[in-house]
Amino acid sequence: MTFLQLENLHRDFGTVKALNGIDISLGEGEFLSLLGPSGCGKTTALRLVAGFDRPNQGRIVVDGKDVTNVAPNKRDMGMVFQAYSLFPNMTARQNVEFGLKIRGQHKHDRSHRVDDLLELVGLGHAADRYPHQLSGGMQQRVALARALAIEPRVLLLDEPLSALDAKVRVQLREEIRRIQLELGITTLYVTHDQEEALAISDHVAVMNGGVIEQMGTPSEMYTAPLTPFVAEFIGTMNRLDAVVIDGGAGEVEHSGMRLQVDAARGRRDGERVLVLIRPESLELEAQTNGATPNSFTGEVLTQTFLGPVTRLKVTGSGTSLIADMSTARAAALPVGARVVAKIPSEGAKLISLPDDGPGLPVLDPDDQ
Amino acid sequence: MPAGAVLVGAFQNNQDNPTLSNVRLLFNHPYIDAYRTSIEISLTTALIGGVAGLFIAYAAIREGTPKFLRSGLTTFSGVAANFGGIPLAFAFIATLGPLGILTVFLKDHLHYNLNSQGFSLFSKTGVELAYMYFQLPLMILVISPAIDGLKKEWREAAANLGAQPWQFWRYVGLPVLMPSILGAMILLFGNAFAAYATAYSLTSGSVNIVPILIGAYYSGNVLDNPHLAQAMAFGMFAVLALMMLIYIPLQRRAAKWAK
Amino acid sequence: MGEVKARRFISPSAVVWLLLAAAYFIIPLFATLLISLKSNQTGNCCTAHNYGWVLHNGDFWHTLRISFMLALETIVISLAIFVPTIYLVHLKLPKLRPVIAFLALIPFIVPPIVMVVGLLRTFKGTPAWFYQQPWGFLAAAYVILAFPYMFFSLDAGFRSIDVHTLTEASQSLGASWTTTLFRVILPNIRSAALAASFLTLAIVMGEFTIANLSAFHTFPIFIQYVNESQGFPAGAVTLMSFGITWAAMLSLLLVGRKRGQSSRIIAGAR
Repeated sequence: MTFLQLENLHRDFGTVKALNGIDISLGEGEFLSLLGPSGCGKTTALRLVAGFDRPNQGRIVVDGKDVTNVAPNKRDMGMVFQAYSLFPNMTARQNVEFGLKIRGQHKHDRSHRVDDLLELVGLGHAADRYPHQLSGGMQQRVALARALAIEPRVLLLDEPLSALDAKVRVQLREEIRRIQLELGITTLYVTHDQEEALAISDHVAVMNGGVIEQMGTPSEMYTAPLTPFVAEFIGTMNRLDAVVIDGGAGEVEHSGMRLQVDAARGRRDGERVLVLIRPESLELEAQTNGATPNSFTGEVLTQTFLGPVTRLKVTGSGTSLIADMSTARAAALPVGARVVAKIPSEGAKLISLPDDGPGLPVLDPDDQ
Repeated sequence: MPAGAVLVGAFQNNQDNPTLSNVRLLFNHPYIDAYRTSIEISLTTALIGGVAGLFIAYAAIREGTPKFLRSGLTTFSGVAANFGGIPLAFAFIATLGPLGILTVFLKDHLHYNLNSQGFSLFSKTGVELAYMYFQLPLMILVISPAIDGLKKEWREAAANLGAQPWQFWRYVGLPVLMPSILGAMILLFGNAFAAYATAYSLTSGSVNIVPILIGAYYSGNVLDNPHLAQAMAFGMFAVLALMMLIYIPLQRRAAKWAK
Repeated sequence: MGEVKARRFISPSAVVWLLLAAAYFIIPLFATLLISLKSNQTGNCCTAHNYGWVLHNGDFWHTLRISFMLALETIVISLAIFVPTIYLVHLKLPKLRPVIAFLALIPFIVPPIVMVVGLLRTFKGTPAWFYQQPWGFLAAAYVILAFPYMFFSLDAGFRSIDVHTLTEASQSLGASWTTTLFRVILPNIRSAALAASFLTLAIVMGEFTIANLSAFHTFPIFIQYVNESQGFPAGAVTLMSFGITWAAMLSLLLVGRKRGQSSRIIAGAR
């Protein structure tokens, strides 16, 4: 049963198409993240839902009612902003109370509800502090409680964690998810952090250039990206530009090497494809004399310690690959070591590329 | 610092033997009237100038107003806040004096006689009208940074929580601006209270305000009593100090949420 | 992210307020302009005769020169006193800064009429070359009047540079104190000093209260004289005076804009 529906939303700013036809439907109590780089239109979409802006085309339906032209103060949507959105002249309690006061709720009921909410976000002790006396993380908790106070039909969060420290960010995102599940509130969450989106969402929609590239569950998005952009944006991904040489046997060719990729079976010979391999599914071994099938030989260029896992960059014969392996095993493959990287014929994914043109998205995997 | 000596000089009321008689004289006619008029003019122009200046500044800053209007207003305000005294008085005589362009225009074309309606540029109202010419720009200059400090998120958060625009202003916008508004208005009060040249030139010294009275003693038009002038100067200090006494607790209350 | 504008057009109430403000600010200037173009004999428009009268008036040039020289003197004396003082305070005596900031507020709070009362009393009995000359008494008064503007402008300038590092670097290269001040520090606070100077220029060129009460004939006194005696030329003088304020303030804004610092632009010619 669809609760929140965005239908064919368009929004232009001058000649820039910030949104170029967005369709989303979200069931009651579901948590959807809009994920994408800055300028992809995710915030624009959220602001359209909140009512701060109107679409040039399309409609927004909540619980069967078209709210496209309803004023923001009549929509019953709770919104948490990026930062600094607390009213500075009010204490945490007064901030949370604001929406209830506007709705003319009785003072007695109000104060109970406010206490409960502050307790829910773990700030019962800081109720009488002013925003400037609260840390960034605490401010965002108050903002969340304030948005929840009005029992909104939809909770909207606009990069609520981006101004916080890494540690607080992880802690607070888990709490947002816990509270969301506890209250069963339909939630739209905007972020540019793919890890964050995968960690807390029921569904993720990756946006780029004003359109949704792909929408699905976090694991679908991670394991089966449908476009080069999504593959690049979600997680770190090795991509090999290749051509199918034997669709029957599932063989492709990449810079002179023949690789066995199961996903290439049934593809047309000569088709340009992108072979996608997650760093953790790439197996590295010290080079031995015997030739290893379906592999690639190179030299360890860098080692990056990531805790239990170490990331190795391997380069050779015109290609470089990234592989993650346990830190203990990585010690045996120091920088400069000759290694063999085995391409998993089952784990690799394929994406078709247009026959002409570059096709590869310009994104640096190290960027993430 | 010579400024310290100035203070002392203004405070001492008798060189030979200290006396309170000059200060006591201030509470008598016509001196007490001069203080009343001065305070009335300063309060009126501070309040009206403050409120109107706030609206004008907001009109120039708010979303939708072209940027060049704002920078134009700021530049002009910088000049106009410094455009006081004699030239200002002349400009107003040229506009609203008995033969002023606007007076004549209203009489000839709209058959509206300002003077017979009881308006005189040389009255208290006239002085107040002229003072607005530097009070408004001062307010605009002082309050603009505070208006800039109002975040878009607050307005959106308020709307999101169900507030009408007036409710945003009632509960968030004005309370947040209030410390700055109070500070600006006390500045405007002092600004009008100290003004001398504009009123002097506009009314040829006929309006009864404290600076003109003090000036009159120095130009020797009335009997020359420098001690009385010094007492009156001291009285001005006392009024300013009193205003600060009212202002400080108000300010503290308005700004209790700030750092 | 594209700037999202809730409002795409100017609001009607903003239009009303800005139009009211424009009318209030422009009409008196326009009226002055019309008056200044009227003929002294016939009272008809339009002639530049009044401007000619002003430009051929000896007192105009005389008082303008006095006021301008006074402004220069005030600026030179103020800079000579305050630049080394504030430099020293920033370098060696940072604890004195709030004290000086408080002192700087005094001329700002004290009404000029009160100040002139105090000054006349304080300087009574000083030699005639000081007490009876604009270059003496009036300049001293204007240095005091300019003190707040000088201080806050220069203080902001000094705060925006690293006085300690600059001084140490200069001295480690063998420069003397004077060399350091003139060759290293001054160029770095030049625009702050310029801003303070233009502000002082605007103040001195428009100051009436002190000059009038201490009976010196400066440019504003001349304007008042024309105002009382010559109807139409007064319009011309008024506009010229407005033009001088404009020029000083625009120079100030230009200087300020270059460094992106907001200048204090509130002076006192009331």
